[in-house]
Amino acid sequence: MAPIVEVEDLQKTYKGGFEALKGVSLSIEEGEILALLGPNGAGKTTLISALCGITTPTGGIARVGGHNIVDDFRAARSMIGLVPQEVALEPFEKVINTVRFSRGLFGKPRNEALIEKVLRQLSLWDKRDARIRELSGGMKRRVLIAKALCHEPQVLFLDEPTAGVDVELRRDMWQVVEGLRESGVTIILTTHYIEEAEAIADRIAVINHGEILLVEEKDTLIRRMGRKTLRIDLTTPVDAVPEGLAAYDLELTQGGEALIYHYDTQGEGTGITRLLQALAAEGLSMSDIHTRQSSLEEIFVSLVQEGAA
Amino acid sequence: MNWQGVKAIYIYEMKRFFRTIMESLLSPVISTTLYFVVFGAAIGSRIDEVEGVTYGAFIVPGLIMLSVMTQAISNASFGIYFPKFIGTIFELLSAPINFFEIVLGYVGAAATKSLLIGVVILLTAGLFVDIEVQHPLAMVAFLVLTCLSFSLFGFIIGIWSENFQQLQLIPLLVITPLVFLGGAFYSISMLPTAWQTVTLFNPIVYLISGFRWAFFGYADVPVVASLLAIGLFLGICLGIVWLIFKTGYRIKS
Repeated sequence: MAPIVEVEDLQKTYKGGFEALKGVSLSIEEGEILALLGPNGAGKTTLISALCGITTPTGGIARVGGHNIVDDFRAARSMIGLVPQEVALEPFEKVINTVRFSRGLFGKPRNEALIEKVLRQLSLWDKRDARIRELSGGMKRRVLIAKALCHEPQVLFLDEPTAGVDVELRRDMWQVVEGLRESGVTIILTTHYIEEAEAIADRIAVINHGEILLVEEKDTLIRRMGRKTLRIDLTTPVDAVPEGLAAYDLELTQGGEALIYHYDTQGEGTGITRLLQALAAEGLSMSDIHTRQSSLEEIFVSLVQEGAA
Repeated sequence: MNWQGVKAIYIYEMKRFFRTIMESLLSPVISTTLYFVVFGAAIGSRIDEVEGVTYGAFIVPGLIMLSVMTQAISNASFGIYFPKFIGTIFELLSAPINFFEIVLGYVGAAATKSLLIGVVILLTAGLFVDIEVQHPLAMVAFLVLTCLSFSLFGFIIGIWSENFQQLQLIPLLVITPLVFLGGAFYSISMLPTAWQTVTLFNPIVYLISGFRWAFFGYADVPVVASLLAIGLFLGICLGIVWLIFKTGYRIKS
Protein backbone atom coordinates (compact mmCIF):
# COMPACT_ATOMS: atom_id res chain seq x y z
CA MET A 1 0.00 0.00 0.00
CA ALA A 2 1.31 3.40 -0.99
CA PRO A 3 1.93 5.83 1.85
CA ILE A 4 -0.72 8.52 2.23
CA VAL A 5 1.83 11.24 3.00
CA GLU A 6 5.17 11.22 1.21
CA VAL A 7 7.77 13.83 1.97
CA GLU A 8 11.01 13.83 -0.01
CA ASP A 9 13.91 16.07 0.84
CA LEU A 10 11.60 18.90 1.91
CA GLN A 11 13.42 22.14 2.62
CA LYS A 12 12.43 25.47 4.03
CA THR A 13 14.88 28.32 4.26
CA TYR A 14 13.50 31.63 5.48
CA LYS A 15 14.51 34.94 3.95
CA GLY A 16 16.96 35.66 6.74
CA GLY A 17 18.79 32.45 5.85
CA PHE A 18 17.41 30.38 8.71
CA GLU A 19 17.00 26.77 7.65
CA ALA A 20 13.88 25.50 9.38
CA LEU A 21 13.79 22.26 7.40
CA LYS A 22 17.01 20.79 6.07
CA GLY A 23 15.76 18.13 3.69
CA VAL A 24 13.14 16.18 5.56
CA SER A 25 12.04 12.81 4.18
CA LEU A 26 9.18 10.94 5.74
CA SER A 27 6.48 8.57 4.64
CA ILE A 28 3.30 8.03 6.57
CA GLU A 29 1.08 5.02 6.08
CA GLU A 30 -2.66 5.28 5.75
CA GLY A 31 -4.49 4.87 9.04
CA GLU A 32 -1.51 5.17 11.34
CA ILE A 33 -0.88 7.63 14.13
CA LEU A 34 2.51 9.24 13.88
CA ALA A 35 3.83 11.30 16.74
CA LEU A 36 6.27 13.99 15.77
CA LEU A 37 8.49 14.80 18.70
CA GLY A 38 11.10 17.48 19.00
CA PRO A 39 12.11 20.39 21.21
CA ASN A 40 10.76 23.89 20.63
CA GLY A 41 12.03 25.30 17.36
CA ALA A 42 12.92 21.88 15.97
CA GLY A 43 10.85 22.35 12.81
CA LYS A 44 7.68 20.46 13.74
CA THR A 45 5.29 23.30 13.02
CA THR A 46 7.21 24.35 9.90
CA LEU A 47 6.89 20.84 8.52
CA ILE A 48 3.15 20.80 9.19
CA SER A 49 2.74 24.32 7.79
CA ALA A 50 4.56 23.35 4.61
CA LEU A 51 2.39 20.27 4.12
CA CYS A 52 -0.81 22.22 4.76
CA GLY A 53 0.00 25.15 2.46
CA ILE A 54 0.60 27.82 5.07
CA THR A 55 4.22 28.21 4.13
CA THR A 56 5.87 27.48 0.78
CA PRO A 57 8.69 24.94 0.83
CA THR A 58 11.92 26.13 -0.79
CA GLY A 59 12.94 22.67 -1.97
CA GLY A 60 11.91 19.06 -2.20
CA ILE A 61 8.48 17.63 -2.84
CA ALA A 62 5.60 16.32 -0.81
CA ARG A 63 2.48 14.41 -1.75
CA VAL A 64 -0.69 13.78 0.16
CA GLY A 65 -2.81 10.94 -1.18
CA GLY A 66 -0.52 10.95 -4.22
CA HIS A 67 -1.27 14.62 -4.98
CA ASN A 68 1.61 17.07 -5.08
CA ILE A 69 0.98 19.68 -2.38
CA VAL A 70 2.02 22.55 -4.68
CA ASP A 71 0.94 21.61 -8.22
CA ASP A 72 -2.17 19.78 -7.18
CA PHE A 73 -2.89 21.66 -3.98
CA ARG A 74 -6.66 21.44 -4.27
CA ALA A 75 -6.78 17.65 -4.25
CA ALA A 76 -4.07 17.44 -1.58
CA ARG A 77 -5.58 20.02 0.77
CA SER A 78 -9.10 18.60 0.40
CA MET A 79 -7.82 15.56 2.24
CA ILE A 80 -6.16 17.49 5.07
CA GLY A 81 -7.52 18.77 8.33
CA LEU A 82 -5.35 21.01 10.48
CA VAL A 83 -5.62 21.85 14.15
CA PRO A 84 -3.07 24.59 14.70
CA GLN A 85 -1.02 25.18 17.80
CA GLU A 86 -2.22 28.73 18.33
CA VAL A 87 -5.88 29.24 19.11
CA ALA A 88 -7.04 31.50 16.28
CA LEU A 89 -10.77 32.05 16.03
CA GLU A 90 -12.99 34.98 15.21
CA PRO A 91 -14.22 36.11 18.64
CA PHE A 92 -17.59 37.54 17.59
CA GLU A 93 -18.84 34.61 15.58
CA LYS A 94 -21.09 31.79 16.77
CA VAL A 95 -19.54 28.36 17.20
CA ILE A 96 -21.77 26.67 14.65
CA ASN A 97 -21.18 29.38 12.04
CA THR A 98 -17.41 29.11 12.17
CA VAL A 99 -17.73 25.36 11.79
CA ARG A 100 -20.09 25.75 8.82
CA PHE A 101 -17.66 28.26 7.33
CA SER A 102 -14.80 25.76 7.50
CA ARG A 103 -16.84 23.11 5.76
CA GLY A 104 -17.81 25.49 2.99
CA LEU A 105 -14.27 26.77 2.61
CA PHE A 106 -13.14 23.23 1.92
CA GLY A 107 -15.66 23.02 -0.89
CA LYS A 108 -18.04 20.68 0.87
CA PRO A 109 -21.83 21.11 0.59
CA ARG A 110 -23.87 21.85 3.72
CA ASN A 111 -24.33 18.88 5.99
CA GLU A 112 -26.00 19.86 9.23
CA ALA A 113 -26.24 16.27 10.45
CA LEU A 114 -22.50 15.82 10.21
CA ILE A 115 -21.82 19.14 11.92
CA GLU A 116 -24.15 18.14 14.74
CA LYS A 117 -22.33 14.82 15.08
CA VAL A 118 -18.92 16.51 15.25
CA LEU A 119 -20.11 19.11 17.77
CA ARG A 120 -21.72 16.46 19.96
CA GLN A 121 -18.60 14.33 19.84
CA LEU A 122 -16.61 17.28 21.18
CA SER A 123 -19.27 18.25 23.76
CA LEU A 124 -19.86 21.52 21.91
CA TRP A 125 -23.45 20.99 20.84
CA ASP A 126 -24.87 22.88 23.82
CA LYS A 127 -22.53 25.75 23.03
CA ARG A 128 -23.33 25.89 19.33
CA ASP A 129 -24.99 29.30 19.54
CA ALA A 130 -22.43 30.79 21.91
CA ARG A 131 -20.01 33.38 20.58
CA ILE A 132 -16.40 32.24 20.51
CA ARG A 133 -15.28 34.96 22.94
CA GLU A 134 -17.65 33.55 25.58
CA LEU A 135 -15.87 30.19 25.58
CA SER A 136 -13.11 28.97 27.86
CA GLY A 137 -9.67 28.18 26.47
CA GLY A 138 -10.35 24.47 26.41
CA MET A 139 -13.64 24.99 24.61
CA LYS A 140 -11.91 27.10 21.99
CA ARG A 141 -9.54 24.25 21.33
CA ARG A 142 -12.50 21.96 20.83
CA VAL A 143 -13.87 24.42 18.29
CA LEU A 144 -10.58 24.29 16.39
CA ILE A 145 -10.83 20.53 16.28
CA ALA A 146 -14.46 20.69 15.19
CA LYS A 147 -13.46 23.05 12.38
CA ALA A 148 -10.84 20.59 11.20
CA LEU A 149 -13.13 17.56 11.42
CA CYS A 150 -16.22 19.04 9.82
CA HIS A 151 -14.78 18.76 6.33
CA GLU A 152 -14.06 15.05 6.74
CA PRO A 153 -10.28 14.97 6.37
CA GLN A 154 -8.45 11.73 5.65
CA VAL A 155 -5.24 13.10 7.09
CA LEU A 156 -5.40 15.09 10.30
CA PHE A 157 -2.57 17.23 11.62
CA LEU A 158 -2.77 17.98 15.33
CA ASP A 159 -0.17 20.54 16.31
CA GLU A 160 0.14 20.27 20.06
CA PRO A 161 -3.57 19.85 20.57
CA THR A 162 -3.34 19.29 24.30
CA ALA A 163 -1.03 22.14 25.25
CA GLY A 164 -2.57 23.96 28.18
CA VAL A 165 -5.63 21.75 28.32
CA ASP A 166 -7.08 20.17 31.44
CA VAL A 167 -7.02 16.45 32.12
CA GLU A 168 -10.64 15.85 31.28
CA LEU A 169 -10.47 17.55 27.92
CA ARG A 170 -7.23 15.78 27.13
CA ARG A 171 -8.93 12.47 27.76
CA ASP A 172 -11.89 13.46 25.60
CA MET A 173 -9.50 14.44 22.87
CA TRP A 174 -7.72 11.12 22.88
CA GLN A 175 -11.08 9.43 22.68
CA VAL A 176 -11.86 11.45 19.59
CA VAL A 177 -8.46 10.54 18.16
CA GLU A 178 -9.09 6.87 18.88
CA GLY A 179 -12.47 7.10 17.15
CA LEU A 180 -10.87 8.74 14.13
CA ARG A 181 -8.21 6.09 13.93
CA GLU A 182 -10.94 3.45 13.91
CA SER A 183 -12.62 5.20 11.02
CA GLY A 184 -9.33 5.07 9.11
CA VAL A 185 -8.11 8.66 9.46
CA THR A 186 -4.35 9.08 9.41
CA ILE A 187 -3.17 11.27 12.26
CA ILE A 188 0.05 13.21 12.64
CA LEU A 189 0.45 14.86 16.00
CA THR A 190 3.07 16.88 17.73
CA THR A 191 3.09 17.01 21.46
CA HIS A 192 5.21 17.95 24.41
CA TYR A 193 3.59 15.30 26.54
CA ILE A 194 5.72 12.36 25.56
CA GLU A 195 3.67 9.92 27.58
CA GLU A 196 0.82 10.83 25.27
CA ALA A 197 2.81 9.87 22.22
CA GLU A 198 3.79 6.74 24.03
CA ALA A 199 0.18 5.90 24.80
CA ILE A 200 -1.38 6.65 21.46
CA ALA A 201 1.09 6.64 18.57
CA ASP A 202 1.98 3.72 16.31
CA ARG A 203 5.19 5.29 15.17
CA ILE A 204 7.45 8.00 16.50
CA ALA A 205 9.45 10.48 14.48
CA VAL A 206 12.00 12.62 16.24
CA ILE A 207 12.95 15.93 14.64
CA ASN A 208 15.57 18.43 15.75
CA HIS A 209 17.30 21.36 14.01
CA GLY A 210 15.15 20.76 10.92
CA GLU A 211 16.25 17.17 10.48
CA ILE A 212 14.50 13.91 11.15
CA LEU A 213 16.66 12.00 13.61
CA LEU A 214 14.69 8.80 13.47
CA VAL A 215 11.35 7.30 12.53
CA GLU A 216 10.48 4.03 14.12
CA GLU A 217 7.68 1.84 15.41
CA LYS A 218 7.07 2.98 18.94
CA ASP A 219 7.47 -0.49 20.45
CA THR A 220 10.64 -1.25 18.52
CA LEU A 221 12.07 2.09 19.52
CA ILE A 222 11.42 1.53 23.17
CA ARG A 223 12.78 -1.99 22.95
CA ARG A 224 15.82 -1.00 20.97
CA MET A 225 16.71 2.15 22.80
CA GLY A 226 15.25 1.27 26.11
CA ARG A 227 17.63 0.47 28.92
CA LYS A 228 16.32 -1.37 31.88
CA THR A 229 17.12 -0.70 35.48
CA LEU A 230 17.21 -3.20 38.30
CA ARG A 231 16.82 -1.89 41.80
CA ILE A 232 17.84 -4.15 44.64
CA ASP A 233 16.64 -3.13 48.10
CA LEU A 234 18.94 -4.32 50.84
CA THR A 235 17.82 -5.55 54.23
CA THR A 236 20.72 -3.74 55.90
CA PRO A 237 22.05 -0.50 54.35
CA VAL A 238 25.72 -0.42 53.29
CA ASP A 239 28.22 2.50 53.22
CA ALA A 240 29.80 1.65 49.87
CA VAL A 241 29.44 -0.78 47.01
CA PRO A 242 31.37 -3.89 48.09
CA GLU A 243 34.62 -4.36 46.14
CA GLY A 244 33.61 -7.80 44.93
CA LEU A 245 30.79 -6.11 42.95
CA ALA A 246 32.94 -3.42 41.26
CA ALA A 247 32.68 -5.16 37.86
CA TYR A 248 28.91 -4.48 37.70
CA ASP A 249 29.13 -0.68 37.75
CA LEU A 250 26.47 -0.36 40.43
CA GLU A 251 25.03 2.83 41.85
CA LEU A 252 24.32 3.13 45.52
CA THR A 253 21.25 5.12 46.60
CA GLN A 254 21.80 7.95 49.03
CA GLY A 255 20.88 6.17 52.22
CA GLY A 256 22.80 3.09 51.11
CA GLU A 257 19.64 1.01 51.27
CA ALA A 258 19.50 0.01 47.60
CA LEU A 259 21.74 -0.80 44.63
CA ILE A 260 20.89 0.21 41.07
CA TYR A 261 22.02 -1.86 38.12
CA HIS A 262 21.62 -0.79 34.44
CA TYR A 263 21.39 -3.39 31.75
CA ASP A 264 20.42 -3.76 28.14
CA THR A 265 17.93 -6.39 27.06
CA GLN A 266 19.47 -6.39 23.55
CA GLY A 267 22.90 -7.39 24.92
CA GLU A 268 24.36 -10.86 24.88
CA GLY A 269 23.34 -11.49 28.43
CA THR A 270 21.87 -9.23 31.05
CA GLY A 271 24.27 -10.33 33.76
CA ILE A 272 21.48 -10.43 36.28
CA THR A 273 22.04 -14.03 37.35
CA ARG A 274 25.75 -13.47 37.91
CA LEU A 275 25.06 -10.24 39.80
CA LEU A 276 22.60 -11.93 42.13
CA GLN A 277 25.04 -14.76 42.74
CA ALA A 278 27.80 -12.27 43.51
CA LEU A 279 25.49 -10.43 45.90
CA ALA A 280 24.84 -13.64 47.77
CA ALA A 281 28.58 -14.36 47.83
CA GLU A 282 29.18 -10.94 49.41
CA GLY A 283 26.72 -11.90 52.10
CA LEU A 284 24.20 -9.14 51.22
CA SER A 285 20.57 -10.03 51.75
CA MET A 286 17.84 -8.51 49.61
CA SER A 287 14.45 -7.29 50.76
CA ASP A 288 12.99 -6.47 47.34
CA ILE A 289 13.79 -6.28 43.61
CA HIS A 290 12.21 -4.04 40.93
CA THR A 291 12.93 -3.68 37.24
CA ARG A 292 11.95 -0.63 35.19
CA GLN A 293 12.08 0.13 31.50
CA SER A 294 13.18 3.62 30.47
CA SER A 295 10.31 5.68 29.10
CA LEU A 296 10.04 7.30 25.74
CA GLU A 297 10.75 10.58 27.44
CA GLU A 298 14.16 9.45 28.58
CA ILE A 299 14.87 8.04 25.14
CA PHE A 300 13.82 11.31 23.58
CA VAL A 301 15.94 13.41 25.87
CA SER A 302 19.00 11.28 25.26
CA LEU A 303 18.44 11.40 21.48
CA VAL A 304 18.11 15.13 21.37
CA GLN A 305 21.15 15.64 23.58
CA GLU A 306 23.17 13.28 21.40
CA GLY A 307 22.12 15.31 18.37
CA ALA A 308 23.29 18.48 20.06
CA ALA A 309 26.65 17.03 21.07
CA MET B 1 -13.43 26.41 -9.09
CA ASN B 2 -14.26 25.97 -5.42
CA TRP B 3 -17.61 27.80 -5.54
CA GLN B 4 -18.61 26.44 -2.15
CA GLY B 5 -15.54 28.11 -0.71
CA VAL B 6 -16.29 31.44 -2.40
CA LYS B 7 -19.85 31.22 -1.13
CA ALA B 8 -18.66 30.40 2.39
CA ILE B 9 -16.44 33.51 2.49
CA TYR B 10 -19.11 35.71 0.91
CA ILE B 11 -21.83 34.59 3.31
CA TYR B 12 -19.53 34.82 6.33
CA GLU B 13 -18.57 38.39 5.41
CA MET B 14 -22.15 39.42 4.70
CA LYS B 15 -23.19 38.00 8.06
CA ARG B 16 -20.73 40.30 9.75
CA PHE B 17 -22.43 43.17 7.94
CA PHE B 18 -25.93 42.11 8.94
CA ARG B 19 -24.85 41.35 12.49
CA THR B 20 -24.05 45.05 12.82
CA ILE B 21 -26.72 46.23 10.41
CA MET B 22 -27.61 49.28 12.47
CA GLU B 23 -24.05 50.55 12.61
CA SER B 24 -23.41 49.51 9.02
CA LEU B 25 -26.31 51.41 7.53
CA LEU B 26 -27.21 53.97 10.14
CA SER B 27 -23.89 55.80 10.21
CA PRO B 28 -23.73 56.48 6.46
CA VAL B 29 -27.39 57.56 6.52
CA ILE B 30 -26.81 59.92 9.43
CA SER B 31 -23.68 61.42 7.93
CA THR B 32 -25.46 61.90 4.61
CA THR B 33 -28.31 63.61 6.37
CA LEU B 34 -25.81 65.90 8.10
CA TYR B 35 -24.22 66.78 4.78
CA PHE B 36 -27.66 67.67 3.48
CA VAL B 37 -28.45 69.82 6.45
CA VAL B 38 -25.10 71.62 6.34
CA PHE B 39 -24.36 71.84 2.64
CA GLY B 40 -27.83 71.49 1.20
CA ALA B 41 -29.89 73.66 3.52
CA ALA B 42 -27.51 76.00 5.34
CA ILE B 43 -24.95 76.74 2.63
CA GLY B 44 -26.90 75.52 -0.36
CA SER B 45 -29.63 78.10 0.16
CA ARG B 46 -27.02 80.78 -0.62
CA ILE B 47 -25.72 79.02 -3.70
CA ASP B 48 -27.54 79.36 -6.98
CA GLU B 49 -28.25 76.44 -9.19
CA VAL B 50 -25.20 74.67 -10.58
CA GLU B 51 -25.51 74.02 -14.29
CA GLY B 52 -29.27 74.08 -14.00
CA VAL B 53 -29.48 71.76 -11.02
CA THR B 54 -30.30 72.85 -7.45
CA TYR B 55 -27.27 72.67 -5.19
CA GLY B 56 -28.95 70.13 -2.90
CA ALA B 57 -29.47 67.73 -5.80
CA PHE B 58 -26.07 68.54 -7.32
CA ILE B 59 -24.17 67.14 -4.33
CA VAL B 60 -26.09 63.83 -4.25
CA PRO B 61 -23.84 61.90 -6.69
CA GLY B 62 -20.72 63.18 -4.93
CA LEU B 63 -22.09 62.21 -1.52
CA ILE B 64 -22.94 58.72 -2.74
CA MET B 65 -19.46 58.36 -4.25
CA LEU B 66 -17.82 59.60 -1.04
CA SER B 67 -19.63 57.01 1.09
CA VAL B 68 -19.33 54.18 -1.39
CA MET B 69 -15.59 54.67 -1.85
CA THR B 70 -14.77 54.92 1.84
CA GLN B 71 -17.12 52.08 2.79
CA ALA B 72 -15.78 49.79 0.05
CA ILE B 73 -12.21 50.42 1.17
CA SER B 74 -12.87 50.03 4.88
CA ASN B 75 -15.01 46.89 4.48
CA ALA B 76 -12.64 45.11 2.13
CA SER B 77 -9.46 46.10 3.95
CA PHE B 78 -10.86 45.10 7.32
CA GLY B 79 -12.29 41.88 5.91
CA ILE B 80 -8.88 40.52 4.95
CA TYR B 81 -6.81 42.34 7.59
CA PHE B 82 -8.81 40.93 10.50
CA PRO B 83 -8.04 37.23 9.75
CA LYS B 84 -4.39 38.23 9.38
CA PHE B 85 -4.51 40.06 12.70
CA ILE B 86 -6.21 37.31 14.72
CA GLY B 87 -4.47 34.47 12.91
CA THR B 88 -7.48 32.79 11.31
CA ILE B 89 -5.83 33.34 7.92
CA PHE B 90 -4.23 29.92 8.41
CA GLU B 91 -7.54 28.39 7.47
CA LEU B 92 -7.74 30.28 4.18
CA LEU B 93 -4.19 29.23 3.32
CA SER B 94 -4.73 25.59 4.19
CA ALA B 95 -8.06 25.26 2.37
CA PRO B 96 -8.36 23.93 -1.17
CA ILE B 97 -9.10 27.41 -2.45
CA ASN B 98 -6.92 29.63 -4.62
CA PHE B 99 -6.19 33.30 -4.21
CA PHE B 100 -8.57 34.33 -6.97
CA GLU B 101 -11.44 32.63 -5.16
CA ILE B 102 -10.44 34.24 -1.87
CA VAL B 103 -10.45 37.66 -3.58
CA LEU B 104 -13.81 36.91 -5.18
CA GLY B 105 -15.35 36.09 -1.80
CA TYR B 106 -13.96 39.06 0.13
CA VAL B 107 -14.16 41.68 -2.62
CA GLY B 108 -17.56 40.44 -3.73
CA ALA B 109 -18.90 40.85 -0.19
CA ALA B 110 -17.30 44.28 0.29
CA ALA B 111 -18.62 45.48 -3.07
CA THR B 112 -22.12 44.25 -2.21
CA LYS B 113 -22.05 46.04 1.13
CA SER B 114 -20.91 49.33 -0.36
CA LEU B 115 -23.49 49.00 -3.15
CA LEU B 116 -26.21 48.54 -0.52
CA ILE B 117 -24.97 51.59 1.32
CA GLY B 118 -24.93 53.57 -1.93
CA VAL B 119 -28.53 52.63 -2.65
CA VAL B 120 -29.63 53.49 0.89
CA ILE B 121 -27.98 56.91 0.61
CA LEU B 122 -29.67 57.52 -2.72
CA LEU B 123 -33.01 56.68 -1.13
CA THR B 124 -32.25 58.91 1.87
CA ALA B 125 -31.30 61.75 -0.45
CA GLY B 126 -34.62 61.26 -2.23
CA LEU B 127 -36.32 62.36 1.00
CA PHE B 128 -34.61 65.75 0.84
CA VAL B 129 -34.45 66.62 -2.84
CA ASP B 130 -36.02 65.61 -6.12
CA ILE B 131 -33.62 63.42 -8.02
CA GLU B 132 -33.97 62.39 -11.59
CA VAL B 133 -31.62 59.92 -13.18
CA GLN B 134 -31.14 60.63 -16.87
CA HIS B 135 -29.01 57.60 -17.65
CA PRO B 136 -30.02 54.86 -15.19
CA LEU B 137 -27.93 52.15 -16.82
CA ALA B 138 -24.80 54.28 -16.79
CA MET B 139 -25.54 55.26 -13.19
CA VAL B 140 -25.72 51.60 -12.12
CA ALA B 141 -22.61 50.78 -14.16
CA PHE B 142 -20.57 53.60 -12.58
CA LEU B 143 -21.81 52.66 -9.13
CA VAL B 144 -21.02 48.95 -9.52
CA LEU B 145 -17.60 49.62 -11.07
CA THR B 146 -16.73 52.03 -8.26
CA CYS B 147 -17.82 49.54 -5.59
CA LEU B 148 -15.82 46.81 -7.23
CA SER B 149 -12.61 48.70 -7.90
CA PHE B 150 -12.51 50.39 -4.48
CA SER B 151 -13.21 47.07 -2.77
CA LEU B 152 -10.26 45.62 -4.66
CA PHE B 153 -8.20 48.61 -3.59
CA GLY B 154 -9.32 48.06 0.01
CA PHE B 155 -8.35 44.41 -0.22
CA ILE B 156 -4.85 45.45 -1.30
CA ILE B 157 -4.61 47.87 1.63
CA GLY B 158 -5.75 45.09 3.98
CA ILE B 159 -3.05 42.75 2.68
CA TRP B 160 -0.39 45.46 2.85
CA SER B 161 -1.26 46.70 6.34
CA GLU B 162 0.73 45.37 9.24
CA ASN B 163 -1.19 47.25 11.90
CA PHE B 164 -4.42 49.14 12.42
CA GLN B 165 -2.76 52.51 11.81
CA GLN B 166 -1.68 51.53 8.34
CA LEU B 167 -5.18 50.29 7.69
CA GLN B 168 -6.46 53.85 8.24
CA LEU B 169 -3.56 55.64 6.61
CA ILE B 170 -4.50 55.58 2.93
CA PRO B 171 -8.23 56.11 3.36
CA LEU B 172 -7.64 59.11 5.65
CA LEU B 173 -4.61 60.67 4.02
CA VAL B 174 -5.26 59.95 0.37
CA ILE B 175 -8.81 58.96 -0.44
CA THR B 176 -10.84 61.36 1.72
CA PRO B 177 -8.92 64.49 0.61
CA LEU B 178 -9.02 63.41 -3.01
CA VAL B 179 -12.78 62.91 -2.81
CA PHE B 180 -13.34 66.28 -1.14
CA LEU B 181 -11.13 67.96 -3.72
CA GLY B 182 -12.60 65.85 -6.47
CA GLY B 183 -15.70 67.91 -7.04
CA ALA B 184 -18.02 66.10 -4.67
CA PHE B 185 -19.45 69.40 -3.46
CA TYR B 186 -18.69 71.74 -6.35
CA SER B 187 -18.32 71.84 -10.06
CA ILE B 188 -14.81 72.09 -11.46
CA SER B 189 -15.96 75.08 -13.50
CA MET B 190 -16.39 77.02 -10.24
CA LEU B 191 -12.62 76.92 -9.64
CA PRO B 192 -10.00 79.40 -10.94
CA THR B 193 -8.50 78.23 -14.24
CA ALA B 194 -5.15 77.21 -12.75
CA TRP B 195 -6.84 74.97 -10.16
CA GLN B 196 -9.05 73.50 -12.83
CA THR B 197 -5.92 72.14 -14.48
CA VAL B 198 -4.48 70.85 -11.22
CA THR B 199 -7.75 69.11 -10.41
CA LEU B 200 -7.55 67.12 -13.63
CA PHE B 201 -4.71 65.12 -12.03
CA ASN B 202 -7.08 63.94 -9.34
CA PRO B 203 -8.47 60.60 -10.54
CA ILE B 204 -11.53 60.93 -8.31
CA VAL B 205 -12.68 63.91 -10.40
CA TYR B 206 -13.31 61.57 -13.31
CA LEU B 207 -15.32 59.13 -11.24
CA ILE B 208 -17.55 61.75 -9.65
CA SER B 209 -17.98 63.59 -12.92
CA GLY B 210 -19.07 60.44 -14.75
CA PHE B 211 -21.45 59.47 -11.99
CA ARG B 212 -22.96 62.94 -11.92
CA TRP B 213 -23.36 62.87 -15.69
CA ALA B 214 -25.49 59.72 -15.30
CA PHE B 215 -27.82 61.74 -13.06
CA PHE B 216 -27.97 65.17 -14.67
CA GLY B 217 -26.39 64.80 -18.09
CA TYR B 218 -23.77 67.34 -17.05
CA ALA B 219 -20.10 66.43 -16.71
CA ASP B 220 -16.86 68.27 -15.84
CA VAL B 221 -14.81 65.93 -18.01
CA PRO B 222 -15.89 63.83 -21.01
CA VAL B 223 -17.80 60.69 -20.01
CA VAL B 224 -15.40 58.55 -22.03
CA ALA B 225 -12.54 59.89 -19.89
CA SER B 226 -14.52 58.91 -16.78
CA LEU B 227 -15.05 55.40 -18.09
CA LEU B 228 -11.39 55.12 -19.00
CA ALA B 229 -10.37 56.35 -15.57
CA ILE B 230 -12.46 53.82 -13.69
CA GLY B 231 -11.40 51.07 -16.11
CA LEU B 232 -7.77 52.00 -15.59
CA PHE B 233 -8.14 52.03 -11.81
CA LEU B 234 -9.84 48.64 -11.90
CA GLY B 235 -7.07 47.31 -14.14
CA ILE B 236 -4.31 48.61 -11.86
CA CYS B 237 -5.97 47.08 -8.80
CA LEU B 238 -6.43 43.76 -10.59
CA GLY B 239 -2.76 43.86 -11.61
CA ILE B 240 -1.60 44.48 -8.04
CA VAL B 241 -3.86 41.72 -6.72
CA TRP B 242 -2.43 39.38 -9.35
CA LEU B 243 1.10 40.29 -8.22
CA ILE B 244 0.18 39.61 -4.59
CA PHE B 245 -1.21 36.29 -5.72
CA LYS B 246 2.01 35.44 -7.55
CA THR B 247 4.36 36.37 -4.75
CA GLY B 248 2.25 35.59 -1.66
CA TYR B 249 3.18 39.10 -0.47
CA ARG B 250 2.56 39.56 3.25
CA ILE B 251 0.33 36.51 3.51
CA LYS B 252 2.54 33.51 2.96
CA SER B 253 6.16 33.10 3.94
